[in-house]
Amino acid sequence: MNDFLPQLLQQLFNGLSLGAIYALIAIGYTMVYGIIGMINFAHGDIYMIGAYVGLVTLSAVGIQGAVPIWMVIGLMLIVAVVLTGIYGFAVEQVAYKPVRNSPRLVALISAIGMSIFLQNWVALGQGARDMAVPSLLPGAFQFEMGNGFEVFIPYTRILIIAVAVVLMVLLTIYIKHSRMGRASRACSQDMHMASLLGINTNRVISFTFILGAMLAAVGGVLIALAVGKLNPFIGFIAGIKAFTAAVLGGIGSIPGAMLGGVILGVAETLAAAYISSEYKDIVAFSLLVLILLFRPTGLLGKPEVEKV
Amino acid sequence: MRRLLLNLGPALMAAVITALVVTPIFGLQLQRVGGQMSLEPDWSYVLWAALIVFVVQLLKPALKDATKGFSLPSLPRLSPGVRNALMFATLLMAVSWPFFAGRNAVDIATLAMIYVMLGLGLNIVVGFAGLLDLGFVGFYAVGAYTYALLFHWAGWSFWEALPLAGAVAAMFGFVLGFPVLRLRGDYLAIVTLGFGEIIRLLLINLNNWTGGPDGISGIPKPTVMGYEMTRNPSVEGGTTFHQLMGWEFSSIHMVIFLYLMALMLAMVTLWISNRLIRMPIGRAWEALREDEIACRSLGLSPMRIKLSAFTLGAMFAGFGGAFFAARQGIVNPESFTFIESALILAIVVLGGMGSQLGVIVAAILITVLPELAREFSEYRMLIFGLVMILMMVWRPQGLFPVTRPQAQVPQKSGT
Repeated sequence: MNDFLPQLLQQLFNGLSLGAIYALIAIGYTMVYGIIGMINFAHGDIYMIGAYVGLVTLSAVGIQGAVPIWMVIGLMLIVAVVLTGIYGFAVEQVAYKPVRNSPRLVALISAIGMSIFLQNWVALGQGARDMAVPSLLPGAFQFEMGNGFEVFIPYTRILIIAVAVVLMVLLTIYIKHSRMGRASRACSQDMHMASLLGINTNRVISFTFILGAMLAAVGGVLIALAVGKLNPFIGFIAGIKAFTAAVLGGIGSIPGAMLGGVILGVAETLAAAYISSEYKDIVAFSLLVLILLFRPTGLLGKPEVEKV
Repeated sequence: MRRLLLNLGPALMAAVITALVVTPIFGLQLQRVGGQMSLEPDWSYVLWAALIVFVVQLLKPALKDATKGFSLPSLPRLSPGVRNALMFATLLMAVSWPFFAGRNAVDIATLAMIYVMLGLGLNIVVGFAGLLDLGFVGFYAVGAYTYALLFHWAGWSFWEALPLAGAVAAMFGFVLGFPVLRLRGDYLAIVTLGFGEIIRLLLINLNNWTGGPDGISGIPKPTVMGYEMTRNPSVEGGTTFHQLMGWEFSSIHMVIFLYLMALMLAMVTLWISNRLIRMPIGRAWEALREDEIACRSLGLSPMRIKLSAFTLGAMFAGFGGAFFAARQGIVNPESFTFIESALILAIVVLGGMGSQLGVIVAAILITVLPELAREFSEYRMLIFGLVMILMMVWRPQGLFPVTRPQAQVPQKSGT
């Protein structure tokens, strides 16, 4: 009982860093849903591609060289963000744009096809096995909490939280004040009206996909550094969980996605710590089912009224 | 020519994007040398991909013109007599060919029949009722495990367990469907996906009951009228099938028998779903798929209609699962991943949602083609994904779209 508090602190911290990753991915889901009302099923795989691009960059730069570590990480993030953003754009052009005016299910099936395609695309190109990611930031803060129990905070996890917080602040400012941000908010309220008022809706939609992919890429690079391995199939579970986070926060709402990500991350870590680690995925999926059943609008979402 | 030049810019852009997209995955391949990661550049992929995309994009308007009047030929309308004769001949061929074919071919055909059955089951849910179910494989797993567990813990035989497997899966469909079916289309898809995954994770984690990740093995094959199809009877003094018939024992008998059974199950599924769609409930499914609000205002209960489709689909998955368990002799959670659900969905989508002929053809194509082109087996899933996208973009109604009998009121001229 004595080490309850430090252990809780440790788990909360782990959950927070996991939740930051979920939040980064969830923003992509929620923005796309907010604008064109479709579930971008392939978004989890975009995150996986971000992680791979990061690893490729890391291997190209090398770790032994004279380049300082922070520069290597910065370079990984920048290259991953740019290339994954292009992926997001290409995916939208190929799989979603042609079916934009079709029923929702057509778009969803196309997205599932894209998800399967991307997984196997990477599995063919880079191999389906686990890839080891060299650890760039070994070590951790350790501090003792009273009776000999140590709280262990790895640097990589701190990096995750710091980067996620900075990005979310920037994103909020950007969406709120920039021209593109205003246009995208207008589109999410009423796409047709926005286009009548001279907003280039195609550009806004592309922008949304690119921005979502970029944030997911950051999440992918950071988690690859923290976990130390990746394979082409990590995107599926991560994508579903991030979608859960988006729904939990209220789909279509960006602050909701952030909140939902953090809640889901913490809930999952606590469940793994205090119930059983084998059940952590079940907890996440059950949470998804329960929210959709009892509060499909999520915590911060607006109810959607179906009009005839 | 001018049009080509106009198209040069976008085509160049597409080529550059392709090159950037291909580079980190195929152009720079990660190699592990000892404990070190290194990159092995292979620019030929990048160049080829970019070149192909460039040419295709450049010629796109021309291609569009060339294929303008072109549409896939639809099936000729046949008179009922010819149709019945054709169906009878096909059935006769399906029943008789395994006696002259090799063991492998029959084995693959059995698998194809399982997928026909699953496809037809999912077709009720997705095609007829328009409910996108991404957790269909969960019910398949329930059916398979029902037989496996009943055998393992209570020693039930296949024929005793088969009806129960369908019933248990149907019950799962009913109980899970009850709360979720009021959700809108894409939310429903995600919730069913969640259920499918939960079922699989439970099967892995309920170790002492389901055998965990290893599953249950040693499941017996079905018997023929109570006679076993084995070399020696498992019970002392029992009679086996080949002794009964006075034949020499041969393991191909079992293969052929399994195929015929799968064929029968698939035919029963086809027949039942074919009847159902003509009944009021089937009409209600289709009406609901087209317009839920209109249905509700006409006094139909959407919940009850959706639930019936969901439950029936789950039941067929359960039958398929029990047969799958008997054929494999082993079940484990690995066989019931999301990819399997996506595969069955791809069958329904490829064939044309709601089209039974389409689903049958698609199921056979999807199981047989990869076997014929084994050297491409690595690309199998890649191509599935691509085909799903292309079908949605170009032909969302599937290979054999449903045509329904309809009459049009002739328009008066001048109004």
